[in-house]
Amino acid sequence: MKKGSLFQKMAAAPHIVWMVLFIVAPMLFVLYFAFTEDGHFSLSNISTLSQYGNVFVLSIAFALIATVICLLIGYPLAYFMARSKPKTQKLLMVLIMLPMWCNLLIRTYALMALLDNGGLLNSFLESMGLDKLRIVGSDFGVILGMVYDFLPYMVLPIFTSITKLDKRYIEAAHDLGCNNIQTMTKVVLPLTASGIVSGVTMVFVPSISTFYISQKLGAGKIDLIGDTIERLFQNTSTYNVGAVISLVMMILILISVWIMNKFSDDEGGVII
Amino acid sequence: MMKFLSKFYMFIIFALLYAPIVVLIVFSFNDGGSLSEFTGISLKWYGELFRDEEALTALKNSLILAVCSSVIATGIATFAALGLHHMRNKYVKGAVKSVTNIPMMNPDIVTGVSMMLLFVAVANFIGAKQFFGFGTMLIAHTTFNLPYALLSIMPRFNQLDKSLSEAAQDLGCTPARAFFSVELPEIVPGIVSALMMSFTLSLDDFVISHFVSSPNFQTLPLYVYNQTVHNVKFSMYALCALIVAIILAILLAVNFTGSVNKKKKRNGVA
Repeated sequence: MKKGSLFQKMAAAPHIVWMVLFIVAPMLFVLYFAFTEDGHFSLSNISTLSQYGNVFVLSIAFALIATVICLLIGYPLAYFMARSKPKTQKLLMVLIMLPMWCNLLIRTYALMALLDNGGLLNSFLESMGLDKLRIVGSDFGVILGMVYDFLPYMVLPIFTSITKLDKRYIEAAHDLGCNNIQTMTKVVLPLTASGIVSGVTMVFVPSISTFYISQKLGAGKIDLIGDTIERLFQNTSTYNVGAVISLVMMILILISVWIMNKFSDDEGGVII
Repeated sequence: MMKFLSKFYMFIIFALLYAPIVVLIVFSFNDGGSLSEFTGISLKWYGELFRDEEALTALKNSLILAVCSSVIATGIATFAALGLHHMRNKYVKGAVKSVTNIPMMNPDIVTGVSMMLLFVAVANFIGAKQFFGFGTMLIAHTTFNLPYALLSIMPRFNQLDKSLSEAAQDLGCTPARAFFSVELPEIVPGIVSALMMSFTLSLDDFVISHFVSSPNFQTLPLYVYNQTVHNVKFSMYALCALIVAIILAILLAVNFTGSVNKKKKRNGVA
C-alpha cells in the first residue's frame, strides 16, 4: 500500500473547511445565542421556555397525528403500488413523485385555495344547500395540510422496502400455516420496518417544524413551533429566545430519530 | 374482489392528492377573478405573470443561484469524496460524514436560523449594513447541497478499485493526474446526479432561503411566499400551473426514456 499523497490528503480539505465554517460555526452560534443575553452568559432564555410549553405540546401532537394518519393511509397505498404490474408501477411512481417535486408552497397554496371559505369546495356545498365547512383556520385544516403535503414522503420509502421484500418469505409464511393477517404482522411489517422508520422520520420532521402550512391552512390562528421561531427571528431583540427554541426542537428531533432508528435493525434506512 | 378494492383505494388517494393541483391549473385559465366560478377561458393571468418584472427577476435569480450552488457543492464534494476514499483514519472519516449530514437531519428551519445567526454575527463584526443577499444565499444553498452531492458521489468511489489509482501512479502518473485521468471518468455518473440533485434542491428551497435572503435578492419560492402571504393572486396560479407542467414533463421524460434516476428519490429527504 502506498502512503496517501499530499494531493489525496488535501482533497477533502476544502470540504472540511466549508463544514467547519458553515455547519459547525452556525450551530455554535445557536448555542451562543441560546445561553447569552446582551453578550453575557445567562440562563434567562432557558427560563422563558416554560411560556412556550403549550406551543411545543401542540406542535408535537399535530406532527404525531399527521404522521400516524400518513402511515395509516400510506402503508396500504405503498403495498398496493408494489403489488401492481411493473408498467403500472412506473406510472404510479411518477404520480407519487410529482407532488414531491412541486414546491411545498405551491401544494399548500393549492390546497388552501380549494378548501378556503370562497373556494371550490365550499361554493359546491353551498349550491347543494349544505353548510359551509370551515376547514381553513381549524386544527383539522392544519393537520390535513401536513398529511396532504407529506404523504408522498411516507409512501416512497415504504414502497421501496416492500419491492425489495423477497416474495418467498410470504409464500413460506403461508406454507407454514400463517393466515393473511399473521403474514402481514409477523413477516411483512417487520421486514419493511426500515421503510416505515424512514417514512415516519420524513413526515414527522417537516411537520413539527413547518410554518407555512400553519400560516395558510391555520389562517394565522394556530401557532406552532415553526411559526414561533419564524416570528422570533423577525426581530433582533428576540434572537436569543428563538435560538433556545430552535435548540430544544433540534434536540427533540435528534432524540426521536435516534429512538426510531433503534427500532429498525436495518442500517442506514432505505432512502437516506 | 381484493384486486378491485386495492385499485379503488389507490384511485381515491391519488384523486385526492391531485385534486387541489388540478383545480389550481384549471382556475389559472379562468377569465374572472373567482376561485369558485369558472367564467371563461383566458390567458390573462399568464399575461400578467410575464409582464411582472419581479417574477422574471426572481426566476433569473433562482436559476443563477441553482447553477452556482450546485456547481460549487459538486466540486467540493467530488474532491471530498476522493479525500475520504483515500483516508485511513476511520474516526476522522466518520466525523466528517456525520457533520456533513447535519443539514440533512436537521429541520430546514434550524439550518436556516443557524446560518442567519452566523451571518448576523459576521455582519455586526465587520460593520456591514447590506450583508444579506446573493453571497449569503450562495453559501447557504451550497451548504445544504453538500450532503446530497457527497451521497451521490461517495458510492461511486467505493465501487472503484483502489489499486487502479495505485497502478496509474506506478506507471508514472502523479496522484493528481491519476485522479483526473483514471478515477474521475469512472465517477462521472455520480457527479451528474450530484449536479442534478443539488440543482433541484436549490431551486426548490424556501425555508432556508427565507432566513438568509434580503428583499433585494429574491428567488422564485421567496417571491411566491411574499405574494401569497396576505392575499390571493391569480398570477400565482398561473406560475404554479407552469411549474407543475414543467416538472411533469421532466419526470415523464426521465422515467420513460429509461435513464436510471433512482437517486432522485432522495430528494424526498429535503
